[in-house]
Amino acid sequence: MEVVSRKYSHKNTGWRLFLSTIIARAYPRIIGQQREISWMLFEVVMPMLAVIAYVFVYRALNAPEEYIGFVVMGGAMTAFWMNILWSMSSQLYWEKEQGNLALYIMAPNSMMAILLGMALGGMLATAMRAIAVTLLGVWLFDVVFTVSSYLQLFLVFMLAMVALYGMGMMMASAFLMFGREAWHIANLAQEPIFLASGFYFPIKSLPFWVAAGASIIPLTLGMDAMRQLIFPTGFKFGFLTVGTEIAILAVLSVVFIVTAKILLAYIEKLAVREGRITESRR
Amino acid sequence: MQTSTSWRSFRMAAWLGWVIESNWTDPFLFAVYSIVKPISGAAILVIMYGIISQGNFDNALFPYIYLGNAFYIYVGAVMTGVSWAVVDDREHYKTLKYMYIAPIHIPLYLLGRGVARFITGSIAVFITLAAGILFLNVKINFAEVDWLLFFTTLILGVVMLALLGLLLAGITLMTVRHEGFIGEATAGALYIFSGAIFPLTVLPEWLRPIGYFMPTTYWLELLRRSLIGNVAQAFPTLANFSNLQILGIMLGLSLFFGVVSIFVFRWCDSIAREKGLIDRTTNY
Repeated sequence: MEVVSRKYSHKNTGWRLFLSTIIARAYPRIIGQQREISWMLFEVVMPMLAVIAYVFVYRALNAPEEYIGFVVMGGAMTAFWMNILWSMSSQLYWEKEQGNLALYIMAPNSMMAILLGMALGGMLATAMRAIAVTLLGVWLFDVVFTVSSYLQLFLVFMLAMVALYGMGMMMASAFLMFGREAWHIANLAQEPIFLASGFYFPIKSLPFWVAAGASIIPLTLGMDAMRQLIFPTGFKFGFLTVGTEIAILAVLSVVFIVTAKILLAYIEKLAVREGRITESRR
Repeated sequence: MQTSTSWRSFRMAAWLGWVIESNWTDPFLFAVYSIVKPISGAAILVIMYGIISQGNFDNALFPYIYLGNAFYIYVGAVMTGVSWAVVDDREHYKTLKYMYIAPIHIPLYLLGRGVARFITGSIAVFITLAAGILFLNVKINFAEVDWLLFFTTLILGVVMLALLGLLLAGITLMTVRHEGFIGEATAGALYIFSGAIFPLTVLPEWLRPIGYFMPTTYWLELLRRSLIGNVAQAFPTLANFSNLQILGIMLGLSLFFGVVSIFVFRWCDSIAREKGLIDRTTNY
Protein backbone atom coordinates (compact mmCIF):
# COMPACT_ATOMS: atom_id res chain seq x y z
CA MET A 1 0.00 0.00 0.00
CA GLU A 2 2.83 2.33 0.94
CA VAL A 3 4.59 1.55 -2.34
CA VAL A 4 1.47 2.38 -4.30
CA SER A 5 0.78 5.63 -2.51
CA ARG A 6 4.44 6.67 -2.82
CA LYS A 7 4.33 6.04 -6.54
CA TYR A 8 1.21 8.13 -7.08
CA SER A 9 2.14 10.84 -4.58
CA HIS A 10 4.83 12.07 -6.98
CA LYS A 11 3.43 14.76 -9.25
CA ASN A 12 5.04 16.41 -12.22
CA THR A 13 4.38 20.11 -12.49
CA GLY A 14 5.58 22.99 -14.66
CA TRP A 15 7.87 22.07 -17.53
CA ARG A 16 8.17 18.46 -16.33
CA LEU A 17 4.41 18.03 -16.66
CA PHE A 18 4.56 19.76 -20.05
CA LEU A 19 7.26 17.35 -21.25
CA SER A 20 5.62 14.24 -19.82
CA THR A 21 2.33 15.26 -21.50
CA ILE A 22 4.12 15.56 -24.84
CA ILE A 23 5.70 12.12 -24.40
CA ALA A 24 2.43 10.57 -23.21
CA ARG A 25 0.51 11.88 -26.23
CA ALA A 26 3.28 10.96 -28.66
CA TYR A 27 3.49 7.41 -27.27
CA PRO A 28 0.33 5.99 -28.91
CA ARG A 29 1.41 7.54 -32.22
CA ILE A 30 4.92 6.08 -32.19
CA ILE A 31 4.48 2.79 -30.34
CA GLY A 32 0.75 2.06 -30.27
CA GLN A 33 0.18 2.63 -33.97
CA GLN A 34 2.94 0.22 -34.92
CA ARG A 35 1.04 -2.60 -33.23
CA GLU A 36 -1.54 -2.61 -36.03
CA ILE A 37 0.69 -3.86 -38.81
CA SER A 38 -2.11 -3.82 -41.40
CA TRP A 39 -2.50 -0.04 -40.91
CA MET A 40 1.17 0.46 -41.67
CA LEU A 41 0.79 -1.71 -44.74
CA PHE A 42 -2.24 0.22 -46.00
CA GLU A 43 -0.61 3.58 -45.26
CA VAL A 44 2.33 2.63 -47.43
CA VAL A 45 0.28 0.90 -50.14
CA MET A 46 -2.25 3.73 -50.61
CA PRO A 47 0.27 6.47 -51.55
CA MET A 48 2.16 3.88 -53.62
CA LEU A 49 -0.93 3.25 -55.77
CA ALA A 50 -1.08 6.94 -56.69
CA VAL A 51 2.69 7.00 -57.25
CA ILE A 52 2.53 3.98 -59.57
CA ALA A 53 -0.38 5.45 -61.55
CA TYR A 54 1.32 8.82 -62.03
CA VAL A 55 4.68 7.24 -62.86
CA PHE A 56 3.01 5.23 -65.65
CA VAL A 57 1.31 8.38 -66.94
CA TYR A 58 4.74 10.03 -67.21
CA ARG A 59 6.10 6.86 -68.83
CA ALA A 60 3.22 6.90 -71.35
CA LEU A 61 4.14 10.50 -72.14
CA ASN A 62 7.88 9.65 -72.43
CA ALA A 63 8.70 12.21 -69.77
CA PRO A 64 12.30 12.79 -68.62
CA GLU A 65 13.36 10.51 -65.74
CA GLU A 66 13.48 13.40 -63.23
CA TYR A 67 9.68 13.47 -63.27
CA ILE A 68 9.54 9.87 -62.05
CA GLY A 69 11.67 10.99 -59.09
CA PHE A 70 9.38 13.99 -58.51
CA VAL A 71 6.37 11.67 -58.31
CA VAL A 72 8.08 9.27 -55.89
CA MET A 73 9.08 12.16 -53.64
CA GLY A 74 5.59 13.70 -53.87
CA GLY A 75 4.02 10.33 -53.03
CA ALA A 76 6.21 10.02 -49.94
CA MET A 77 5.27 13.52 -48.82
CA THR A 78 1.53 12.81 -49.19
CA ALA A 79 1.90 10.66 -46.06
CA PHE A 80 2.70 13.83 -44.08
CA TRP A 81 -0.20 15.81 -45.53
CA MET A 82 -2.64 12.94 -44.85
CA ASN A 83 -1.30 12.77 -41.31
CA ILE A 84 -1.87 16.50 -40.88
CA LEU A 85 -5.43 16.24 -42.15
CA TRP A 86 -6.61 13.07 -40.45
CA SER A 87 -4.43 12.82 -37.36
CA MET A 88 -3.75 16.45 -36.48
CA SER A 89 -6.50 18.72 -37.81
CA SER A 90 -9.33 16.27 -37.24
CA GLN A 91 -7.88 14.77 -34.08
CA LEU A 92 -9.59 17.01 -31.53
CA TYR A 93 -12.85 16.39 -33.41
CA TRP A 94 -12.31 12.60 -33.15
CA GLU A 95 -11.39 12.98 -29.47
CA LYS A 96 -14.65 14.87 -28.94
CA GLU A 97 -16.62 12.15 -30.72
CA GLN A 98 -14.99 9.47 -28.55
CA GLY A 99 -15.44 11.44 -25.33
CA ASN A 100 -11.74 12.01 -24.63
CA LEU A 101 -11.65 15.73 -25.24
CA ALA A 102 -13.43 16.62 -22.01
CA LEU A 103 -10.87 14.48 -20.13
CA TYR A 104 -7.99 16.31 -21.80
CA ILE A 105 -9.41 19.65 -20.74
CA MET A 106 -10.23 18.51 -17.21
CA ALA A 107 -6.74 17.08 -16.61
CA PRO A 108 -4.15 19.51 -15.19
CA ASN A 109 -2.03 19.49 -18.35
CA SER A 110 -1.52 21.98 -21.14
CA MET A 111 -3.56 21.48 -24.29
CA MET A 112 -0.60 22.90 -26.21
CA ALA A 113 1.51 20.02 -24.85
CA ILE A 114 -1.11 17.54 -26.09
CA LEU A 115 -1.00 19.09 -29.56
CA LEU A 116 2.82 19.07 -29.54
CA GLY A 117 2.77 15.40 -28.50
CA MET A 118 0.37 14.59 -31.31
CA ALA A 119 2.64 16.46 -33.73
CA LEU A 120 5.86 14.87 -32.55
CA GLY A 121 4.42 11.35 -32.53
CA GLY A 122 2.69 11.85 -35.88
CA MET A 123 5.84 13.24 -37.47
CA LEU A 124 8.04 10.33 -36.38
CA ALA A 125 5.48 7.63 -37.22
CA THR A 126 4.73 9.20 -40.60
CA ALA A 127 8.43 9.58 -41.38
CA MET A 128 8.71 5.79 -41.27
CA ARG A 129 5.89 5.43 -43.80
CA ALA A 130 7.38 8.15 -46.02
CA ILE A 131 10.75 6.36 -45.95
CA ALA A 132 9.03 3.10 -46.90
CA VAL A 133 7.25 4.78 -49.85
CA THR A 134 10.54 6.35 -51.00
CA LEU A 135 12.46 3.07 -50.77
CA LEU A 136 9.71 1.21 -52.63
CA GLY A 137 9.66 3.92 -55.31
CA VAL A 138 13.43 3.82 -55.67
CA TRP A 139 13.36 0.04 -55.94
CA LEU A 140 10.45 -0.17 -58.40
CA PHE A 141 11.40 2.72 -60.67
CA ASP A 142 15.18 3.00 -60.34
CA VAL A 143 15.06 6.56 -59.06
CA VAL A 144 18.51 8.02 -58.39
CA PHE A 145 18.98 10.75 -55.78
CA THR A 146 22.08 12.96 -55.89
CA VAL A 147 22.16 15.20 -52.84
CA SER A 148 23.98 18.47 -53.46
CA SER A 149 23.92 19.67 -49.82
CA TYR A 150 23.00 17.42 -46.90
CA LEU A 151 22.98 20.34 -44.49
CA GLN A 152 20.50 22.33 -46.55
CA LEU A 153 18.40 19.22 -47.17
CA PHE A 154 18.23 18.53 -43.42
CA LEU A 155 17.37 22.16 -42.71
CA VAL A 156 14.64 22.29 -45.37
CA PHE A 157 13.07 19.02 -44.22
CA MET A 158 13.08 19.98 -40.53
CA LEU A 159 11.72 23.47 -41.17
CA ALA A 160 9.04 22.11 -43.50
CA MET A 161 8.00 19.61 -40.81
CA VAL A 162 7.94 22.20 -38.01
CA ALA A 163 5.90 24.60 -40.14
CA LEU A 164 3.60 21.84 -41.38
CA TYR A 165 2.86 20.43 -37.94
CA GLY A 166 2.48 23.98 -36.61
CA MET A 167 -0.15 24.44 -39.29
CA GLY A 168 -1.73 21.14 -38.21
CA MET A 169 -1.91 22.34 -34.61
CA MET A 170 -3.52 25.55 -35.78
CA MET A 171 -6.07 23.66 -37.87
CA ALA A 172 -6.84 21.30 -34.98
CA SER A 173 -8.17 24.26 -33.02
CA ALA A 174 -10.41 25.31 -35.89
CA PHE A 175 -11.68 21.75 -36.40
CA LEU A 176 -12.70 21.68 -32.74
CA MET A 177 -15.65 23.83 -33.68
CA PHE A 178 -16.78 21.50 -36.47
CA GLY A 179 -19.34 18.76 -36.26
CA ARG A 180 -19.91 16.37 -39.13
CA GLU A 181 -18.28 18.89 -41.46
CA ALA A 182 -14.85 17.93 -40.11
CA TRP A 183 -14.74 14.66 -42.03
CA HIS A 184 -15.82 16.32 -45.27
CA ILE A 185 -13.50 19.30 -44.91
CA ALA A 186 -10.52 17.00 -44.33
CA ASN A 187 -11.63 14.91 -47.30
CA LEU A 188 -11.92 18.03 -49.45
CA ALA A 189 -8.40 19.21 -48.58
CA GLN A 190 -6.70 16.31 -50.37
CA GLU A 191 -6.73 16.58 -54.18
CA PRO A 192 -6.85 20.41 -54.31
CA ILE A 193 -3.74 20.55 -52.10
CA PHE A 194 -2.00 17.82 -54.12
CA LEU A 195 -2.68 20.04 -57.13
CA ALA A 196 -1.77 23.44 -55.69
CA SER A 197 1.32 22.25 -53.83
CA GLY A 198 2.75 20.38 -56.80
CA PHE A 199 3.01 16.94 -55.24
CA TYR A 200 3.41 15.30 -58.66
CA PHE A 201 4.93 18.07 -60.78
CA PRO A 202 7.19 21.09 -60.20
CA ILE A 203 5.30 24.00 -58.70
CA LYS A 204 7.11 26.30 -61.14
CA SER A 205 4.74 24.99 -63.83
CA LEU A 206 1.86 26.86 -62.20
CA PRO A 207 1.32 30.61 -62.72
CA PHE A 208 3.54 32.64 -60.33
CA TRP A 209 0.76 33.96 -58.11
CA VAL A 210 -0.90 30.56 -57.82
CA ALA A 211 2.43 29.04 -56.75
CA ALA A 212 3.04 31.96 -54.38
CA GLY A 213 -0.41 31.50 -52.83
CA ALA A 214 0.14 27.75 -52.47
CA SER A 215 3.39 28.48 -50.63
CA ILE A 216 1.35 29.09 -47.49
CA ILE A 217 1.31 25.29 -47.24
CA PRO A 218 4.81 24.45 -46.01
CA LEU A 219 5.07 21.31 -48.12
CA THR A 220 4.92 23.41 -51.30
CA LEU A 221 8.22 25.17 -50.68
CA GLY A 222 9.64 22.21 -48.76
CA MET A 223 9.18 19.86 -51.73
CA ASP A 224 10.37 22.48 -54.20
CA ALA A 225 13.59 23.02 -52.24
CA MET A 226 14.14 19.28 -51.72
CA ARG A 227 13.69 18.62 -55.44
CA GLN A 228 16.38 21.21 -56.14
CA LEU A 229 18.68 19.55 -53.63
CA ILE A 230 18.28 15.86 -54.48
CA PHE A 231 18.04 15.80 -58.28
CA PRO A 232 21.01 16.85 -60.42
CA THR A 233 18.85 19.00 -62.71
CA GLY A 234 16.37 19.90 -59.96
CA PHE A 235 17.44 23.55 -59.83
CA LYS A 236 15.98 23.99 -63.35
CA PHE A 237 12.54 23.29 -61.91
CA GLY A 238 12.89 25.45 -58.78
CA PHE A 239 10.23 28.05 -58.03
CA LEU A 240 12.50 30.16 -55.75
CA THR A 241 16.11 29.70 -54.66
CA VAL A 242 16.72 27.21 -51.86
CA GLY A 243 17.96 29.99 -49.55
CA THR A 244 14.77 32.02 -50.03
CA GLU A 245 12.62 28.96 -49.45
CA ILE A 246 14.48 28.16 -46.22
CA ALA A 247 13.90 31.72 -44.99
CA ILE A 248 10.18 31.59 -45.82
CA LEU A 249 9.80 28.18 -44.13
CA ALA A 250 11.49 29.55 -40.99
CA VAL A 251 9.00 32.44 -40.90
CA LEU A 252 6.06 30.09 -41.50
CA SER A 253 7.21 27.85 -38.63
CA VAL A 254 7.14 30.69 -36.13
CA VAL A 255 3.88 32.16 -37.44
CA PHE A 256 1.99 28.84 -37.40
CA ILE A 257 3.12 27.77 -33.92
CA VAL A 258 2.39 31.15 -32.34
CA THR A 259 -0.99 31.33 -34.10
CA ALA A 260 -1.78 27.77 -32.98
CA LYS A 261 -1.20 28.77 -29.34
CA ILE A 262 -3.37 31.88 -29.59
CA LEU A 263 -6.10 30.13 -31.56
CA LEU A 264 -6.17 27.12 -29.24
CA ALA A 265 -6.71 29.31 -26.18
CA TYR A 266 -9.45 31.28 -27.95
CA ILE A 267 -11.28 28.30 -29.47
CA GLU A 268 -11.06 26.28 -26.27
CA LYS A 269 -12.75 29.14 -24.40
CA LEU A 270 -15.36 29.50 -27.12
CA ALA A 271 -16.07 25.77 -27.25
CA VAL A 272 -16.46 25.64 -23.45
CA ARG A 273 -18.77 28.67 -23.50
CA GLU A 274 -20.94 27.25 -26.29
CA GLY A 275 -21.00 23.76 -24.80
CA ARG A 276 -19.30 22.10 -27.76
CA ILE A 277 -16.69 20.12 -25.82
CA THR A 278 -18.94 17.15 -25.13
CA GLU A 279 -21.28 17.62 -28.08
CA SER A 280 -21.41 14.83 -30.64
CA ARG A 281 -23.23 15.77 -33.83
CA ARG A 282 -23.60 12.63 -35.84
CA MET B 1 -44.79 -8.70 -50.99
CA GLN B 2 -41.17 -9.64 -51.68
CA THR B 3 -40.99 -7.07 -54.46
CA SER B 4 -42.41 -4.32 -52.29
CA THR B 5 -39.93 -5.13 -49.48
CA SER B 6 -37.04 -5.09 -51.94
CA TRP B 7 -38.13 -1.85 -53.55
CA ARG B 8 -38.80 -0.20 -50.19
CA SER B 9 -35.37 -1.29 -48.90
CA PHE B 10 -33.65 0.13 -51.95
CA ARG B 11 -35.69 3.34 -52.12
CA MET B 12 -35.39 4.24 -48.43
CA ALA B 13 -31.68 3.39 -48.39
CA ALA B 14 -31.14 5.64 -51.39
CA TRP B 15 -32.94 8.49 -49.64
CA LEU B 16 -31.06 7.89 -46.37
CA GLY B 17 -27.76 7.81 -48.24
CA TRP B 18 -28.56 11.07 -49.99
CA VAL B 19 -29.48 12.78 -46.72
CA ILE B 20 -26.28 11.59 -45.02
CA GLU B 21 -24.15 12.67 -47.97
CA SER B 22 -25.69 16.08 -48.43
CA ASN B 23 -27.18 17.51 -45.24
CA TRP B 24 -23.93 18.13 -43.35
CA THR B 25 -23.74 21.60 -44.83
CA ASP B 26 -25.57 24.21 -46.89
CA PRO B 27 -26.23 23.49 -50.60
CA PHE B 28 -23.57 25.96 -51.77
CA LEU B 29 -20.74 24.36 -49.80
CA PHE B 30 -22.00 20.94 -50.81
CA ALA B 31 -21.90 21.97 -54.48
CA VAL B 32 -18.36 23.33 -54.06
CA TYR B 33 -17.34 20.13 -52.29
CA SER B 34 -18.81 18.00 -55.08
CA ILE B 35 -17.06 19.99 -57.81
CA VAL B 36 -13.64 20.90 -56.39
CA LYS B 37 -12.40 17.39 -55.62
CA PRO B 38 -12.90 15.82 -59.08
CA ILE B 39 -11.81 18.95 -60.93
CA SER B 40 -8.60 19.05 -58.89
CA GLY B 41 -7.92 15.38 -59.59
CA ALA B 42 -8.37 15.98 -63.31
CA ALA B 43 -6.31 19.17 -63.18
CA ILE B 44 -3.30 17.28 -61.76
CA LEU B 45 -3.32 15.05 -64.85
CA VAL B 46 -3.94 17.96 -67.21
CA ILE B 47 -0.94 19.86 -65.80
CA MET B 48 1.26 16.75 -65.91
CA TYR B 49 0.24 16.20 -69.53
CA GLY B 50 0.61 19.90 -70.39
CA ILE B 51 4.15 20.12 -68.96
CA ILE B 52 5.46 17.11 -70.86
CA SER B 53 3.61 17.70 -74.15
CA GLN B 54 4.34 21.44 -73.94
CA GLY B 55 0.69 22.26 -74.28
CA ASN B 56 -0.09 20.03 -77.24
CA PHE B 57 -3.59 18.88 -76.31
CA ASP B 58 -4.32 17.52 -79.81
CA ASN B 59 -2.54 14.22 -79.16
CA ALA B 60 -4.89 11.20 -78.90
CA LEU B 61 -3.40 10.35 -75.52
CA PHE B 62 -4.94 13.44 -73.92
CA PRO B 63 -8.63 12.55 -74.43
CA TYR B 64 -7.68 8.95 -73.53
CA ILE B 65 -6.34 10.11 -70.15
CA TYR B 66 -8.98 12.75 -69.56
CA LEU B 67 -12.05 10.63 -70.33
CA GLY B 68 -10.66 7.60 -68.50
CA ASN B 69 -10.04 9.70 -65.41
CA ALA B 70 -13.45 11.39 -65.63
CA PHE B 71 -15.45 8.15 -65.84
CA TYR B 72 -13.26 6.51 -63.25
CA ILE B 73 -14.94 8.79 -60.71
CA TYR B 74 -17.83 6.31 -60.87
CA VAL B 75 -15.59 3.45 -59.74
CA GLY B 76 -14.62 5.14 -56.51
CA ALA B 77 -18.08 6.60 -55.96
CA VAL B 78 -20.32 3.59 -56.61
CA MET B 79 -18.09 0.75 -55.41
CA THR B 80 -16.89 2.51 -52.27
CA GLY B 81 -20.35 4.04 -51.72
CA VAL B 82 -21.89 0.59 -51.28
CA SER B 83 -19.14 -0.87 -49.09
CA TRP B 84 -18.71 2.27 -46.98
CA ALA B 85 -22.35 1.94 -45.84
CA VAL B 86 -21.25 -1.00 -43.65
CA VAL B 87 -18.57 1.09 -41.90
CA ASP B 88 -20.89 4.08 -41.58
CA ASP B 89 -23.81 2.11 -40.15
CA ARG B 90 -21.87 -0.30 -37.96
CA GLU B 91 -19.06 1.88 -36.63
CA HIS B 92 -20.23 5.45 -36.91
CA TYR B 93 -23.99 5.54 -36.47
CA LYS B 94 -24.10 2.11 -34.79
CA THR B 95 -27.34 1.30 -36.58
CA LEU B 96 -26.41 -1.73 -38.68
CA LYS B 97 -27.88 -4.12 -36.09
CA TYR B 98 -31.20 -2.27 -36.32
CA MET B 99 -31.12 -2.59 -40.09
CA TYR B 100 -30.62 -6.32 -39.74
CA ILE B 101 -33.65 -6.72 -37.48
CA ALA B 102 -35.82 -4.42 -39.62
CA PRO B 103 -38.04 -5.96 -42.35
CA ILE B 104 -35.68 -5.01 -45.17
CA HIS B 105 -33.48 -6.82 -47.66
CA ILE B 106 -29.88 -6.10 -46.56
CA PRO B 107 -28.05 -6.44 -49.93
CA LEU B 108 -30.60 -4.11 -51.56
CA TYR B 109 -30.33 -1.74 -48.62
CA LEU B 110 -26.54 -1.56 -49.12
CA LEU B 111 -26.93 -1.12 -52.87
CA GLY B 112 -29.43 1.66 -52.21
CA ARG B 113 -26.93 3.42 -49.95
CA GLY B 114 -24.62 3.60 -52.96
CA VAL B 115 -27.17 5.59 -54.99
CA ALA B 116 -26.30 8.88 -53.29
CA ARG B 117 -22.65 8.48 -54.23
CA PHE B 118 -23.76 7.58 -57.76
CA ILE B 119 -25.67 10.87 -57.97
CA THR B 120 -22.80 12.99 -56.60
CA GLY B 121 -20.41 10.99 -58.79
CA SER B 122 -22.55 11.70 -61.87
CA ILE B 123 -22.46 15.43 -61.11
CA ALA B 124 -18.67 15.24 -60.77
CA VAL B 125 -18.32 13.28 -64.04
CA PHE B 126 -20.55 15.76 -65.87
CA ILE B 127 -18.64 18.77 -64.57
CA THR B 128 -15.27 17.19 -65.34
CA LEU B 129 -16.39 16.40 -68.90
CA ALA B 130 -17.86 19.86 -69.38
CA ALA B 131 -14.61 21.47 -68.17
CA GLY B 132 -12.65 19.30 -70.59
CA ILE B 133 -14.85 20.19 -73.54
CA LEU B 134 -15.11 23.90 -72.74
CA PHE B 135 -11.58 24.70 -71.59
CA LEU B 136 -9.22 21.88 -72.50
CA ASN B 137 -9.95 21.07 -76.08
CA VAL B 138 -11.38 17.60 -75.42
CA LYS B 139 -13.03 17.15 -78.81
CA ILE B 140 -16.38 15.41 -78.49
CA ASN B 141 -18.60 15.80 -81.52
CA PHE B 142 -22.08 15.24 -80.11
CA ALA B 143 -23.51 14.44 -83.55
CA GLU B 144 -21.08 11.53 -83.89
CA VAL B 145 -21.45 10.11 -80.39
CA ASP B 146 -22.83 6.57 -80.31
CA TRP B 147 -25.47 7.32 -77.66
CA LEU B 148 -26.91 3.81 -77.60
CA LEU B 149 -23.50 2.29 -76.94
CA PHE B 150 -22.71 5.03 -74.42
CA PHE B 151 -25.82 4.59 -72.28
CA THR B 152 -25.82 0.78 -72.55
CA THR B 153 -22.18 0.70 -71.42
CA LEU B 154 -22.72 3.29 -68.69
CA ILE B 155 -25.71 1.49 -67.16
CA LEU B 156 -24.10 -1.95 -67.36
CA GLY B 157 -20.94 -0.56 -65.82
CA VAL B 158 -22.71 1.11 -62.93
CA VAL B 159 -24.56 -2.13 -62.12
CA MET B 160 -21.27 -4.03 -62.33
CA LEU B 161 -19.59 -1.51 -59.99
CA ALA B 162 -22.47 -1.69 -57.51
CA LEU B 163 -22.14 -5.50 -57.41
CA LEU B 164 -18.39 -5.18 -56.88
CA GLY B 165 -19.27 -2.81 -54.05
CA LEU B 166 -21.43 -5.56 -52.55
CA LEU B 167 -18.46 -7.90 -52.66
CA LEU B 168 -16.39 -5.33 -50.78
CA ALA B 169 -19.26 -4.78 -48.34
CA GLY B 170 -19.16 -8.50 -47.53
CA ILE B 171 -15.43 -8.38 -46.87
CA THR B 172 -15.90 -5.19 -44.84
CA LEU B 173 -18.42 -7.01 -42.62
CA MET B 174 -15.70 -9.47 -41.69
CA THR B 175 -12.93 -6.92 -41.18
CA VAL B 176 -11.92 -4.87 -38.17
CA ARG B 177 -10.26 -1.48 -37.81
CA HIS B 178 -9.21 -0.97 -41.41
CA GLU B 179 -12.51 -1.29 -43.26
CA GLY B 180 -12.15 2.23 -44.60
CA PHE B 181 -9.07 1.29 -46.54
CA ILE B 182 -10.62 -1.64 -48.40
CA GLY B 183 -12.72 0.35 -50.87
CA GLU B 184 -10.03 2.95 -51.48
CA ALA B 185 -7.30 0.37 -51.96
CA THR B 186 -9.44 -1.61 -54.44
CA ALA B 187 -10.38 1.53 -56.36
CA GLY B 188 -6.71 2.59 -56.35
CA ALA B 189 -5.57 -0.77 -57.68
CA LEU B 190 -8.24 -0.79 -60.40
CA TYR B 191 -7.08 2.71 -61.40
CA ILE B 192 -3.75 1.17 -62.38
CA PHE B 193 -4.95 -2.11 -63.86
CA SER B 194 -7.94 -0.77 -65.83
CA GLY B 195 -5.88 1.45 -68.08
CA ALA B 196 -7.85 4.41 -66.78
CA ILE B 197 -5.15 7.03 -67.35
CA PHE B 198 -2.59 5.21 -69.48
CA PRO B 199 -2.84 2.41 -72.05
CA LEU B 200 -2.32 -1.07 -70.54
CA THR B 201 0.68 -1.55 -72.81
CA VAL B 202 2.63 0.82 -70.54
CA LEU B 203 2.36 -1.72 -67.72
CA PRO B 204 5.06 -4.41 -67.45
CA GLU B 205 4.03 -7.38 -69.57
CA TRP B 206 3.50 -9.73 -66.61
CA LEU B 207 1.00 -7.33 -65.02
CA ARG B 208 -1.16 -6.81 -68.11
CA PRO B 209 -3.27 -10.01 -67.71
CA ILE B 210 -4.69 -8.55 -64.48
CA GLY B 211 -5.94 -5.60 -66.50
CA TYR B 212 -7.43 -7.85 -69.17
CA PHE B 213 -9.37 -9.71 -66.46
CA MET B 214 -10.99 -6.54 -65.07
CA PRO B 215 -14.41 -5.57 -66.50
CA THR B 216 -13.56 -1.91 -65.81
CA THR B 217 -10.89 -2.06 -68.54
CA TYR B 218 -13.52 -2.86 -71.20
CA TRP B 219 -16.06 -0.50 -69.64
CA LEU B 220 -13.71 2.49 -69.90
CA GLU B 221 -12.63 1.50 -73.41
CA LEU B 222 -16.25 1.36 -74.62
CA LEU B 223 -17.12 4.68 -73.00
CA ARG B 224 -14.17 6.29 -74.77
CA ARG B 225 -15.06 4.67 -78.09
CA SER B 226 -18.70 5.70 -77.85
CA LEU B 227 -17.71 9.32 -77.23
CA ILE B 228 -14.65 9.84 -79.41
CA GLY B 229 -14.65 6.85 -81.73
CA ASN B 230 -11.42 6.28 -83.59
CA VAL B 231 -9.27 8.35 -81.25
CA ALA B 232 -9.70 5.77 -78.51
CA GLN B 233 -9.04 2.95 -80.95
CA ALA B 234 -5.64 4.44 -81.76
CA PHE B 235 -4.08 2.55 -78.84
CA PRO B 236 -3.04 -1.04 -79.39
CA THR B 237 -4.45 -2.48 -76.14
CA LEU B 238 -7.87 -3.48 -77.52
CA ALA B 239 -7.54 -2.20 -81.08
CA ASN B 240 -8.20 -5.65 -82.57
CA PHE B 241 -11.61 -5.95 -80.94
CA SER B 242 -14.84 -4.50 -82.30
CA ASN B 243 -17.25 -2.60 -80.05
CA LEU B 244 -19.60 -5.58 -79.96
CA GLN B 245 -16.82 -7.95 -78.97
CA ILE B 246 -15.73 -5.65 -76.16
CA LEU B 247 -19.33 -5.29 -75.02
CA GLY B 248 -19.63 -9.10 -74.97
CA ILE B 249 -16.42 -9.49 -72.94
CA MET B 250 -17.54 -6.80 -70.53
CA LEU B 251 -20.94 -8.42 -70.12
CA GLY B 252 -19.38 -11.83 -69.50
CA LEU B 253 -16.91 -10.52 -66.94
CA SER B 254 -19.61 -8.42 -65.26
CA LEU B 255 -21.83 -11.50 -64.94
CA PHE B 256 -18.94 -13.50 -63.54
CA PHE B 257 -18.00 -10.84 -60.98
CA GLY B 258 -21.69 -10.21 -60.20
CA VAL B 259 -22.32 -13.86 -59.34
CA VAL B 260 -19.08 -14.05 -57.33
CA SER B 261 -20.07 -10.87 -55.46
CA ILE B 262 -23.48 -12.21 -54.49
CA PHE B 263 -22.04 -15.50 -53.24
CA VAL B 264 -19.16 -13.82 -51.39
CA PHE B 265 -21.57 -11.39 -49.73
CA ARG B 266 -23.90 -14.20 -48.64
CA TRP B 267 -21.00 -16.18 -47.24
CA CYS B 268 -19.51 -13.19 -45.39
CA ASP B 269 -22.95 -12.21 -44.12
CA SER B 270 -23.57 -15.66 -42.65
CA ILE B 271 -20.13 -15.71 -41.01
CA ALA B 272 -20.69 -12.19 -39.64
CA ARG B 273 -24.03 -13.25 -38.11
CA GLU B 274 -22.50 -16.42 -36.69
CA LYS B 275 -19.55 -14.62 -35.10
CA GLY B 276 -21.56 -11.65 -33.85
CA LEU B 277 -19.81 -9.14 -36.09
CA ILE B 278 -22.91 -7.18 -37.08
CA ASP B 279 -22.87 -4.88 -34.05
CA ARG B 280 -19.15 -4.89 -33.37
CA THR B 281 -17.49 -1.48 -33.21
CA THR B 282 -13.74 -1.17 -33.44
CA ASN B 283 -13.32 2.53 -32.70
CA TYR B 284 -14.41 4.44 -35.76
